[in-house]
Amino acid sequence: MPPKNYEILPKTSETGEPIGELLEISMGPHHPSTHGVFRMDLVLDGETVVKLKPVFGYLHRNHEKIAENISYLGSMPYTDRLDYFCSMTNNWAYALTVEKLAGLPVPERAEYIRVIMAELTRLQNHTCLIGFFVQDMGALGTPLMYAFREREKILDLFESVSGARMMCNYMRFGGVRCDVTPDWLAQAKQLVDGYGKFLDEFEALFTENEILLARTQGVGVLPRELVVSASITGPMLRAAGVNYDVRKVDKYGIYGRFDFKVPLGEHGDIYDRYMVRVLEMRESLKILQQALRDIPSGPVMDPKAKLRGFRPKAGEAYGRIEAPKGELGFYLISDGSPNPFRYRVRPPSFINLTVLEDMCLGHRISDTVVILGSVDIVLGEVDR
Amino acid sequence: METPEQIKPRLEAAVPGAKIDVLPNDCPAGERSLLVDPAHVLAVAKFLRDDPQLRLDFCSNVTGVDWPDIVVKSKFKKTVVVDGVESEIEETIETLRSGYLECVYHLYSMELKHGPVVLRQRTVNRDHEAPAVSLTPVWRGCEFQEREVYDLYGIRLEGHPDLRRILMWDGFKGFPMRKDYVPPDDFEYEPTPHDEVLEQAKKHYPPEVKA
Repeated sequence: MPPKNYEILPKTSETGEPIGELLEISMGPHHPSTHGVFRMDLVLDGETVVKLKPVFGYLHRNHEKIAENISYLGSMPYTDRLDYFCSMTNNWAYALTVEKLAGLPVPERAEYIRVIMAELTRLQNHTCLIGFFVQDMGALGTPLMYAFREREKILDLFESVSGARMMCNYMRFGGVRCDVTPDWLAQAKQLVDGYGKFLDEFEALFTENEILLARTQGVGVLPRELVVSASITGPMLRAAGVNYDVRKVDKYGIYGRFDFKVPLGEHGDIYDRYMVRVLEMRESLKILQQALRDIPSGPVMDPKAKLRGFRPKAGEAYGRIEAPKGELGFYLISDGSPNPFRYRVRPPSFINLTVLEDMCLGHRISDTVVILGSVDIVLGEVDR
Repeated sequence: METPEQIKPRLEAAVPGAKIDVLPNDCPAGERSLLVDPAHVLAVAKFLRDDPQLRLDFCSNVTGVDWPDIVVKSKFKKTVVVDGVESEIEETIETLRSGYLECVYHLYSMELKHGPVVLRQRTVNRDHEAPAVSLTPVWRGCEFQEREVYDLYGIRLEGHPDLRRILMWDGFKGFPMRKDYVPPDDFEYEPTPHDEVLEQAKKHYPPEVKA
């Protein structure tokens, strides 16, 4: 933890010259803690951060321009590659926006399947994130492998229904690509029933762990006003005590039918972010239990939905969902042609990085690693 | 929540001199947007954020849109008298609509949990120097997104605290998201070229040199 009342600016002499030397280092792009190719330009006073500028774009492939040159459906597999941990929610956000743009209905069963997929995605994303995050703090290997063991079970479910572990490409405009079998639902039920026990074990490792408490409490604090003004979304927002969950606010899909709570933090520090994610997983389990209990039978694609030669009328739409990392939005402008005129992704982890400097100032360089881990970035989405 | 038509007169009263239009949107969801001139957009944004009925404290999405010059064809009917007989004919008029760049902001309220209100500002033309105004002083969350708009569209947002390229590298020339952007010819040797790669290869390796 940083000493209290630490002066953020370097100490200066009476004439305004800094006393001692500031060290400028470039952390990354291949630093193991940056979760991909991401660089931080740091200015250090001893070990204390006095300035930090995030630098990214190493994976930039102009996703939006690619999407403007192919058909609406053609972008669906590309959205998998945005946040490659959560391809199901990426698919859903895009499908939701196109459905909003063209006014397509979605059958009941498909809505339930989407909710099940999205909540399973949230489970595996948060589980892995906690694994990576404690790995950044020095718990090498074991917790991450526990997390990956559980994640692999969920990915097996994804693979059996969509054919791919990570690049699922599963949702379609007006439904989902293929139906799930009763056997699959039984497997999912079994996984959900057992997941609470895993979370108990996982939490027993960390929640009251002395090292984790020492390194996360009071570190990387974000005040409530800054969080709202800086457009932070997802668990980072709720850790600061702002009750805003797109699932509750917009009630997109059928989220209005489920009984679940939105966990909130109080201090806005890293520990709250960790705790909010753990509690969110438990709420996801509740949603999954309800969805797996109530899922009706019926078609999974709207019979009138047209995949080939799809041309929405001219207009524009902005759709958003609560992805595991925050609010994932798509903005589409149609000019009546088969390709979108404008296709924009609102990537949550890109915007959550805006306040990285504010969180790190005054902390030690070893804390920046933990703070960055708590933001939960995926560079495929940041750079697009 | 108030519709854009209801917000418009209140805005005009609160920000004197602001030119505000409500743009139509034909899609079924139909979120109409408020088009504000760049000179007054900062005051308008502050009003939208602080107004107790709106409290749009969360700027979710910021993006640019490039509208190139297009020829708009409009048809209208005209009555002409030919040999004493009145008849209606259709005439087409082609008008050139000059292009512009646009910044779009999607605003929500975290406090009152409503939204979105879509705010737009347009530059005069597609020139790099055509100014627009940054809203980072109002919503901090615009900072990186406006840098991205500058990077990919070349809209110079005045008042931005740190307007640099963000996704492309420093020193990159051009604005890749513009509709008329031509990617550089970065051809690499290809042993079996075909289709457009062949066309490109012909420019770089004339066949007679190889033989």
